[in-house]
Amino acid sequence: MTTVTRRAPHQGVAPAPPRPPKLTWRQRLSNMDVKWSPYVYIAPFFVVFGVVGLFPLLYTSYLSLFDRDLLDLDGTYIGLGNYTELLRDSQFWNALVNTLSIFVLSTGPQIVVAVGLAALLNTRLRAPTGWRVGVLLPYVVSLVAVGIIFANLFGPNYGLVNGILELLGFDRVDWQSNRFFSHLAIATMVNWRWTGYNALIVLAAMKAIPKEIHEAALIDGASAVRRFFSVTLPLLRPTLIFVVITSTIGGLQIFTEPKLFDAMPGSNNGGSSNQFQTITLYMYQTGFETQRLGYASAVAWVLFLLIIVIAVINFLLTRRLASTGVEDDR
Amino acid sequence: MRSNQRRVFAGAIALAAAVGLTACGDSGADSGSGSGQIELSIGTFTEFGYEDLLKEYEDLHPNIKIVHHKTGQGGPYHQQLLTKLAANSGLEDVVAIEEGHLPDVLDKPHLFNNLAEIGPKDVKPERWLDWKYQAGTAKDGTWVGYGTDIGPLAMCYRKDLLDAAKMPSDEASVKAMFESWDSYFAAGDQYAKATGKAWFDSASQIFNAMQNQLDEGYVTKDNKLAIESNQDIKDNWDQVTAAAKGGQTAKLVAFSPEWNAGFKQGAFATKTCPSWMLGVVKEQAGPENAGKWAVTDAFPNGGGNWGGSFLAVPKQSQHPKEAAELAAWLTAPEQQVKAFEKTGNFPSQVEALDSPELLGSTNDYFGDVKVGQLFATMAKKVGKAQYKGPGDGKIQENATSPALQAVEAGKSPEEGWQQAVDAAKKIVK
Repeated sequence: MTTVTRRAPHQGVAPAPPRPPKLTWRQRLSNMDVKWSPYVYIAPFFVVFGVVGLFPLLYTSYLSLFDRDLLDLDGTYIGLGNYTELLRDSQFWNALVNTLSIFVLSTGPQIVVAVGLAALLNTRLRAPTGWRVGVLLPYVVSLVAVGIIFANLFGPNYGLVNGILELLGFDRVDWQSNRFFSHLAIATMVNWRWTGYNALIVLAAMKAIPKEIHEAALIDGASAVRRFFSVTLPLLRPTLIFVVITSTIGGLQIFTEPKLFDAMPGSNNGGSSNQFQTITLYMYQTGFETQRLGYASAVAWVLFLLIIVIAVINFLLTRRLASTGVEDDR
Repeated sequence: MRSNQRRVFAGAIALAAAVGLTACGDSGADSGSGSGQIELSIGTFTEFGYEDLLKEYEDLHPNIKIVHHKTGQGGPYHQQLLTKLAANSGLEDVVAIEEGHLPDVLDKPHLFNNLAEIGPKDVKPERWLDWKYQAGTAKDGTWVGYGTDIGPLAMCYRKDLLDAAKMPSDEASVKAMFESWDSYFAAGDQYAKATGKAWFDSASQIFNAMQNQLDEGYVTKDNKLAIESNQDIKDNWDQVTAAAKGGQTAKLVAFSPEWNAGFKQGAFATKTCPSWMLGVVKEQAGPENAGKWAVTDAFPNGGGNWGGSFLAVPKQSQHPKEAAELAAWLTAPEQQVKAFEKTGNFPSQVEALDSPELLGSTNDYFGDVKVGQLFATMAKKVGKAQYKGPGDGKIQENATSPALQAVEAGKSPEEGWQQAVDAAKKIVK
């Protein structure tokens, strides 16, 4: 047996396997159509993505290996030089801390309030559409308008917020130069704009929760609060993960708010001592003001990696938090 | 089957079209074709007052058609300018460049046509105030830009606030007060002590004016950072920060909403005033403060300049000769006087400074003072163009100004100085 099988290929006398019947040109075309057409249909998206998404991404990583001035058409290759410099750059670390601080001050309260708001909107209200559109209104306002108006409100000398604080007997706050308060002011801007938007997404998910589960809980004697924490919240998990991840991506890329908040018009400094300069603002300044394209590209890549890391952490965290009460872990 | 085949084909076309679309971007301003017609484009920002002039030029030159690209704000305009210079395409045939952004451009003279070579031969440097001509010329001698307008500095002050502080407000005493920086700060100290209010709007506004009077800017001629080696810069810093700590500053960042409000509130008594600042003062202080502001032809330690632009012809231009002719015509004294009448942009041409239209102009908000004559006097007081190396403007904007702001917010002058030096070192390596 073994000898036969071993010998067979060498001798090459074994009869050829039966050939499939020869396909006609049309049949082959039809096969090709079935195989390849779907790819052609989805191609436009990937072509456009490739040109405006993937290519810049890869080109940025290529650029980040060069020391290249904006007006200097070919730079010098310096390998990972930009990255090692970045790790020693105190302004970068300062921007990183600012970004994280503003991110925590905005995303955290924003999601808690959004869920609460959604729960309120989910109760029986008169003219529900009116309320829902109402919470979405800030989202419609142009970001630049929001920035300018809030920068005015938080003006240290003649701003409305300080005026009210003084009226209530508190001390004036220097919203510009105090690091923490400047972050708070910027986070307020972000929250004002995005809370309603997130509330609506959460509300849609709440509406999709089957009534039967709530009724069952009601019959078991669960209070409204208990039902919220043990039924609603766990079932919101996929939506919350979505909301957390999108606001992580947005929150770490905050740019317009700090740029417009700066008292010096058009400044990219993020305050007199960079006290509210975020990473994107620093990246922009490095690329288009200091004109160090290579270094700015390195900043962009580090920011990209950072967003992925934090998004994963948030994903894991949200999964754990929102699954309290329900055991099934699919 | 057949329809499938067609679909594949259509898909392939769509794909090719998508690629093709993205491949051929905006090829920018191109020449007009046929019948000897030449299309020139010109890029300006804010208001240059060129609209009617460009029409006039088209009438004078029937073979030329002009496309005018206007950008509202200077910041984005210059960012675009630099990006398009880097991309080596998309720029207009004639581009306006503001003084503050000029050093970066002068550092790359090879990207521009030398106006001494391609410009009309009858246009000589003597057309302009010497310092203005010098400022538009690169280190290697390339004449990059024809001067358009300037911003000679004078001092604006609030008469009524000086009176309230029981300080003399008549022309002669005020001029003595604005004689030198020492006398200026001494008066400021007196004012601040008498009223508890601020003398000037912000420390950086004063510091920048002092800095501009030095022979050399933040960067030396061989492109080295001068901020540590030039003792004059540190001396100015010490003087300004001492005044600021003595309560002379209103701590208002220039051009911020708070600064605007400061004009209405009378938060400061004096203001460094380039010619174009009069319009800003009038707009921000508003009608309720009419007649309170005055301007005088005196400025501490002589004179100075803040602002003004140039017209340049980048190498990318398809019609450099025609473009240079247009730029030369626009920056001729007659045309700049017309632009002055339209927008108030102060002309930089020697002849224009003696034109009756300019000398006769007055400003009613500042008590009908003869502003044309006043600023012409101040323009002639500007000694010479300070050499500004690449990064000079950025140091002012991103190193010293924020650091002075930090000192006003509570940092010690020494800490602030260190911040400025560190930031400057990052900008110029």
